[in-house]
Amino acid sequence: MHQQRSLQIDWITVGLYLVLIAIGWINIYSASINDPVTHFFDFNQIYIKQLFFIGLSLLLIFFILALDVKFYERFSSVIYLASILSLLGLFIFGKNVNGATSWYAIGSFTFQPSEFAKIATALALAKYVSDIQTDIKDIKDQLRAFLIIAIPALLIIPQPDPGSALVYAAFLFPLYREGLPSWYLLVGFIFAGLFVATLAFGVAWVVSAIFITLAVLFFRKRKKRPSKRMYLLALIAGIGFVFSVNYIFYNVFEQRHRDRFNLVLGKKVDAKGIGYNTKQSEIAIGSGGWFGKGWTQGTQTKGNFVPEQHTDYIFSTVGEEWGFVGSLTVVLLFVFLIIRLLILSERQKSQFSRVYGYSVAAILFVHFFVNIGMVTGLLPTIGIPLPFFSYGGSGLWGFTILLFIFIRLDASNYINR
Amino acid sequence: MRKFLLLIMVVITGIVFTGRLLYLQVLDTSLKKISQNNAVKIVYDYPQRGYIFDRNGKLLVSNQPSYDVMVIPKDIKNLDTIAFCNLLGLDKKEFKEILKKARVYSPRLPSVVIPQLTKEEFARLSDQMYKYNGFYIQKRSLRDYQIKNAANVLGYIAEVDKAIIKKHPYYQMGDLIGSAGVEQQYEKILRGKKGVKYIQRDKFNREIGPYKNGIFDTLPEKGRDIMLTLDADLQKYGEELMVNKRGGIVALEPSTGEILALVTAPGYDPALLVGRQRSKNFTRLWYDTISKPLFDRVLQGEYPPGSPFKTLNALIGLQEGVIDTQERISCHGGYNYGGKRPLGCHHHRSPLAMIDGIAISCNSYFATVYRRIIEKYPTPQEGMDNWKHHLESFGLANYLGYDLPPGRKGLIPDSKFYNRYYPSHNWYAVTTISNSIGQGEILTTPMQMVNFTAAIANKGWFYKPHILKNVMEVDTIPKKYTVKNFTTIDSTYFEPVIEGMHEVYNTGTASYLRIPGIEICGKTGTAENYIRINGKRMKLTDHSIFVAFAPKDNPKIAVAVFVENGYWGSRWAGRIAGLMIEKYLKGTISRKDMEDFILNGSLEEEYKKPYSGEEFLINQ
Repeated sequence: MHQQRSLQIDWITVGLYLVLIAIGWINIYSASINDPVTHFFDFNQIYIKQLFFIGLSLLLIFFILALDVKFYERFSSVIYLASILSLLGLFIFGKNVNGATSWYAIGSFTFQPSEFAKIATALALAKYVSDIQTDIKDIKDQLRAFLIIAIPALLIIPQPDPGSALVYAAFLFPLYREGLPSWYLLVGFIFAGLFVATLAFGVAWVVSAIFITLAVLFFRKRKKRPSKRMYLLALIAGIGFVFSVNYIFYNVFEQRHRDRFNLVLGKKVDAKGIGYNTKQSEIAIGSGGWFGKGWTQGTQTKGNFVPEQHTDYIFSTVGEEWGFVGSLTVVLLFVFLIIRLLILSERQKSQFSRVYGYSVAAILFVHFFVNIGMVTGLLPTIGIPLPFFSYGGSGLWGFTILLFIFIRLDASNYINR
Repeated sequence: MRKFLLLIMVVITGIVFTGRLLYLQVLDTSLKKISQNNAVKIVYDYPQRGYIFDRNGKLLVSNQPSYDVMVIPKDIKNLDTIAFCNLLGLDKKEFKEILKKARVYSPRLPSVVIPQLTKEEFARLSDQMYKYNGFYIQKRSLRDYQIKNAANVLGYIAEVDKAIIKKHPYYQMGDLIGSAGVEQQYEKILRGKKGVKYIQRDKFNREIGPYKNGIFDTLPEKGRDIMLTLDADLQKYGEELMVNKRGGIVALEPSTGEILALVTAPGYDPALLVGRQRSKNFTRLWYDTISKPLFDRVLQGEYPPGSPFKTLNALIGLQEGVIDTQERISCHGGYNYGGKRPLGCHHHRSPLAMIDGIAISCNSYFATVYRRIIEKYPTPQEGMDNWKHHLESFGLANYLGYDLPPGRKGLIPDSKFYNRYYPSHNWYAVTTISNSIGQGEILTTPMQMVNFTAAIANKGWFYKPHILKNVMEVDTIPKKYTVKNFTTIDSTYFEPVIEGMHEVYNTGTASYLRIPGIEICGKTGTAENYIRINGKRMKLTDHSIFVAFAPKDNPKIAVAVFVENGYWGSRWAGRIAGLMIEKYLKGTISRKDMEDFILNGSLEEEYKKPYSGEEFLINQ
């Protein structure tokens, strides 16, 4: 074991982290001070709890930085296994909160293992991809990598927490960076596009569109003697997918899921039912104007119009009370943080660190994209938290550990090993 | 490329979010309004509308509580329509129509479902209302009239309409605004200013305290009481005298310009325009196009003034130096100016000087004076404009500037008027000779007539007539009512005219109307008038006109009385003027014969004539 020489901690990342945590707490404070407060350190107050979580996070950071850099690589398999076990354990010992069995409860303390499974998966994936034996261009290794990602995701879906499971799609980015063939992504995007198009325009139109597109492609390239079998396969796959999307949407999805999609597709406008959350969130953000109403002055926030405002919808408080200037600042902070992580990843000497760093950036990106997209009404309601902002101990600790393991890895990047 | 995919997606996401936020927060302003509407409740605190008193401190108008059923359409939940309709006494169709209108106006702002519940209805409804989400009872303050008269002066209050709200954002649907009379004129003083409270609500519409600690809240400003110059007893007496007649009485205090009585007949009981029957009653009054109860004949009625106008021609003649008080002018049953027919006159002794000319009301005398006034200048145009200039100084041919909303300018012709009429300008004094006796083209309102009478009483000046005596606790009236307006006639020239008007009561046309103990100066008037029936110009019975002031020295009251189709001046108008003067100065009536004649007399038969569809006789 190397003794720690001077660690080269990337203070830019740490700074961005601290700023986000601080802004997050300020907004949680504002979103949660509805009741008259007897005295400031009332431990029942959400903002005090969050302050406590932040304090513990800082302790965690020292612990993470203190550990040897080799620890994470060596123990990644163990951590992954433990994480899978903790997810399995939920089926037996899990506590049901708001209809989802995602928590362990020890006294009044609750703990959400899915927040930590992301870290374990990132470590395990980094470990597997960086293994000298692994060739990501090989189909068998690709399947193994997908298995690492899929196991926790499949365990999370039935909690049910499809939002958190969706985050595992983020791991496609590091795999792609490490050489996963492009057509995975291409096919992924095409199927995502077909999915949305089928719901928006209906089966008949999309099937016709697939047919016409393939026909045009085929006849334009017919001099190069394209393989008819490939085109036929694509046609069958496309049409099959469209019909199965249609089937799943109307027969497997529940009405609430259908409503969420229909709402964003503009097919169903109902500001009182399912659209209520999104509408109220848009009203809150929209009422902020250029500079917002000022801290703790948001009428929508105070009136509790936006549900879950201190957790998933915390960004609407930013929008209302700090206006366009404030919410743009937060968006930019996230963009800078993710870009910084990508830059750091690219300069890693070890593949393990690079894959891990990429995973961190991708996970943060998916959370950021889905959460703010949902709060601003661009995406369907998918309940996942905004990193560092949303209230909750497990979430905060999960993201803190995720980020600081990478900072620890990066800090040893230039130290000869 | 592989290195940059995620980077590019992050940047694109950042740009998309920036655009979305810019749209939501800056470009799309509709969300801001929704936020104001659903998170902040605005509660108005209506101050009590000011009371109205008469000049003697008698209460005329006070307030009574009233209850409206209101609805906020978006708050309606699980409405049992049939039960609610039964409770309100509405049929379902009517109710749906009301709701639809309310929703069109605004789903979030209150609209009226049923205005002005009776006390019994309120009692029945108030303990049931909690069952019906979105409906509530709003207390308002309505007018409570202590007298049955003076509706034309007091005016009324009415619910604001959308046009008013657009013009004056102070008002909201269901608010009341003064819409006529002093209620309209002094709306801001009477109304005060409503207070506003902004209350923060939560998503359940529960109030959770003042918005921003109440920094935007305002306290209501109470409406001020006002005192009118009106003498309620005189007003009431005047209205009684005018029963079954059409026309008007207006009385001023010459030394101040204060309006003592302003009667238009037929009138109506102001209480008709309060309560649930209001719109029904209003429609009835509005569509009565024959007796026109909403038409203020004193302020809006333009009539030929007739003989009282001669006094002004006499004054102008003296001022212009075209006649003196000694010159006697002969009359042979009319004034022959070379036209087809002479300007007729009644039979009287001849020749007459000015005082007798006024007292006897000799047409020839004033035709001569008028002709001299016009012909004094090289062209009749100049003479005419100079003549008009004098008349304008008495407040004719323009709005008088009194503080009641309706009004008409009347008409005093000038050279332009006749030049337009005679494009080759070949008109002369004699062409317009009817102007000499207050006929022809001249039109005045009874208010203008009483004003020039007051100016004569004051010997050359007047205060603009006004109805506001005082704003209580502020002690003020508008400045324009405290400045004297001087006529173009020197005060010395008024003596002979006043003498002549006094002589009207001694040897003249109203000698049989003398009131013991009061020296009245007056002037009778009998004005020809016409109506169009099926496109045919028909002559109707003359208007009976009288102007007077009393006492002769130090006048306390000036009166103008106009009785439509009452025949000669002293017959109706002269008697009414005398009774009004005696009532005001003495408080009791000594000439019971005169009073009986007026109180029992009716002109309804006369008014039916033109509508009978048959031939009719006039001036019987």
